[in-house]
Amino acid sequence: MAELLQFVFSGLTVGAIYALVALGFTLIYKASDIINFAQGEFVMLGGMITVFAAQAGLPLPVAALLAIFLTTAVGLALHRFAVAPARGATPVALIMITIGASIFLRGVAQIVFDKRFHSLPSLFGGDPIKIGGAAILPQSLVVLASASIIVLVLWLFIDRTMLGKAVIATAANRLAARLIGVDTRSIVDFSFAVSAAIGAIAGILITPIALTSYDAGTLLALKGFAAAMLGGIGSAPGAVVGGLMIGMIEALSAGYISSNYKDAVAFLIILVVLIFIPQGLFGRAKVERV
Amino acid sequence: MRALLETRLLPAIAVAAIVIVLPWFFPSMFYYRIGTLVFIYALAVVGLNLLMGFAGQVSLGHAGFLGIGAYSVAIGPTYLGMPSWLSLFAGAALSGIVAFLVGRPILRLKGHYLAVATLGFGLLVAIVLSNEAGWTGGPDGMTVPKLTLFDWSVRGSDTWYWIACATCVLGFVLALNLMHSPTGRSLQAIHDSEIASLVLGVDVASKKLTIFIISAIYASVAGSYLALFNGHVTPDVAGFLRSIELVAMVVLGGMGSIVGSLVGAIVLVVLPQVLTVFHEYEQALLGLIVMVFMIFLRRGIVPSLVAMLKGWRK
Amino acid sequence: MIVLETDRLAITFGGVRAIDGVNIAIESGQVFSIIGPNGSGKTTLFNLVSGLYKPNDGSIRLAGETVTGLAPDQLARRGLSRTFQNLQIFSRMTVLENVMVGRHRHERTGVLADLLHWPTVARQNRATREAALAALARVNLADVAERQAGSLAYGALKRLEIARALASEPKVLLLDEPAAGCNPIETQDIDHVIRSITQDGITVVLVEHDMRLVMNISDRVHVLQSGRTLTEGTPEEVRSNPAVIEAYLGVHGSQEAGRAFD
Repeated sequence: MAELLQFVFSGLTVGAIYALVALGFTLIYKASDIINFAQGEFVMLGGMITVFAAQAGLPLPVAALLAIFLTTAVGLALHRFAVAPARGATPVALIMITIGASIFLRGVAQIVFDKRFHSLPSLFGGDPIKIGGAAILPQSLVVLASASIIVLVLWLFIDRTMLGKAVIATAANRLAARLIGVDTRSIVDFSFAVSAAIGAIAGILITPIALTSYDAGTLLALKGFAAAMLGGIGSAPGAVVGGLMIGMIEALSAGYISSNYKDAVAFLIILVVLIFIPQGLFGRAKVERV
Repeated sequence: MRALLETRLLPAIAVAAIVIVLPWFFPSMFYYRIGTLVFIYALAVVGLNLLMGFAGQVSLGHAGFLGIGAYSVAIGPTYLGMPSWLSLFAGAALSGIVAFLVGRPILRLKGHYLAVATLGFGLLVAIVLSNEAGWTGGPDGMTVPKLTLFDWSVRGSDTWYWIACATCVLGFVLALNLMHSPTGRSLQAIHDSEIASLVLGVDVASKKLTIFIISAIYASVAGSYLALFNGHVTPDVAGFLRSIELVAMVVLGGMGSIVGSLVGAIVLVVLPQVLTVFHEYEQALLGLIVMVFMIFLRRGIVPSLVAMLKGWRK
Repeated sequence: MIVLETDRLAITFGGVRAIDGVNIAIESGQVFSIIGPNGSGKTTLFNLVSGLYKPNDGSIRLAGETVTGLAPDQLARRGLSRTFQNLQIFSRMTVLENVMVGRHRHERTGVLADLLHWPTVARQNRATREAALAALARVNLADVAERQAGSLAYGALKRLEIARALASEPKVLLLDEPAAGCNPIETQDIDHVIRSITQDGITVVLVEHDMRLVMNISDRVHVLQSGRTLTEGTPEEVRSNPAVIEAYLGVHGSQEAGRAFD
């Protein structure tokens, strides 16, 4: 029982990070129909900038804020200088641009930072807390709490503010949104900025547990993308549930089957789910109108 | 002469002419090596282009088939006593069977869902290859015995250059044949409208499966060549980054363009070699170049250039 | 002889019965029109008959054979073809290639032959090409055969879809609003094309809002309202049926409606 609890906790922690990455995918996809494969690099940048800013002598909270700020700027730049100029290109071409961006950001990180693994001190120390016989790192609780807050804030924002409504309008029908006076370009700008910020926060949160390096983003992007698709692309609840599910499946199969095959189990389940529910768990089935 | 120029095989003939002349200008063996790699990749890319550019079905896991082909020529001779050439064919057959089994359920998925499903398939292959160390040597990989045909041991980059080149041109010819055939037309139709294809009597599911299998076999043969040529194979051959690389070659060269497949392979094989001069800036530059290409030649290098030329002539 | 027949056909979308027990029986060689106000289920009926939707209830018979629930491509191979209200063009292919795809069900080469370009493939390509050109000529598009389909004007694309469907040599051809968005001259063209199609013995089922076209060329007119049959008869019978006029414009508009039908 204690063992199961242990696995569940580590699954939830990793899953929360996947969920945040998946939310980043979802936000940008909603606003612009683009799958942004540089999403993982936002996470990497959040972690790496914090590490190096802290090493340079900044207090940790300041370093973290700086990282979020800079990563947001990178997100905006990605849209302004790479995605927006390619307006009207095919989805595959746009995906290639974001993949190019992710290689570019990885390359730059390798030059500006280094190729080593880095960690951050945990906010509440590294001593595990015992809950029901399971040892839980305080940072895990920080991750879960922060992820919940982000999801809540995002939901309140979308649901309660005018800008949030504009995002929904843009997602539903870009042309109609523009006709009623929504500046859809700013909305896409905004979605890249928020996705980058969420990614950066995820990176800062996970670094004390999982370490980071210049190439940490690839795998996270992959898992985040898979989570977003499992949930149903464009569905925010789907992204959260998808992320948590993949985290749990990984942790449980690592614990009970084999840690070498944890990714295999996760993707096998994704395959099976999609074969039976081709639009993902929370996605809407598209009825083709002819 | 005019008739020859207008045949459907023109791209293949042009490519064949260029590659025969090219080695005269190679200053060293190293260039043969790069040329060989270009042809091997181009073979896989043509197959993927038939699937993606032509039939409009994305695969982010095609390196999985590259991996099956590569490990077939490693495991066959080492553990099963099969000659390399037979292992190559066995690998191609295995890839075809796997593509059939995997393709049937997942090709019903559309767009990004198909992308994530194929991505999952590729990862599964890579994970199995790096974990079944008893057969595959694990993450460190294994040595691949040299290709021997009737007591003739194939060695040397120049020999491989000609073998890869001939196979690649053959691959081009088959692809061009297919494009100009009933099957090819229905595949292209599926890309534009599945519904219209269906009501015209095209069995969309089986056509998609057919092209998935064909492209898997292309990738498998390329994978076998890659392993035989390098003499060594690691699970990276089936990895996600390799799949992405293949897709990048297709998109960069031009979706649906056979010559584009070669151009895409040239750019992404040669470019990293050139960029090594810039040492640590290599990756950043590579990413930057991919972005710039896609922003300014968004339809891919070959189709964009063709469109430009037509514009000038007018 | 009845070539296409539905028996108590019904389909439900989220609790709404979009088609609710519709019976039609179409004589071979006729022009059979289905009319009704927007949302009355005309296109849904087409989607059911052509196999894009599976009915919840009822059956469909094509040339005497029960074909309920068959996939669109299986129906196509039995001689049913259709066009679409909002075009489904293969826009990246040439005009000619679009129509060549229409010949698909008559093409007899295997994948292996296609890959190796056996002589049969060359022969097949020539035959397909000729038949496609003939179909294009029937809708006056032969001169743009080599153009990319996506570059054609709307009215031409409407005719291209008809040529593509014709190329498959159907027994029954479903035309979904072929004149929608066309100017009077283009509508005239469509009228001529439909007449020439029926001369070949092909049965035409027409969904159309242009009443003049419908009343001109139909043998029978079937009126749908809210997924149910309102009435069926010859154009004259339908035109003078007060229930039809009311269904279209409500009681108050019936006078104007009367004029519109003339």
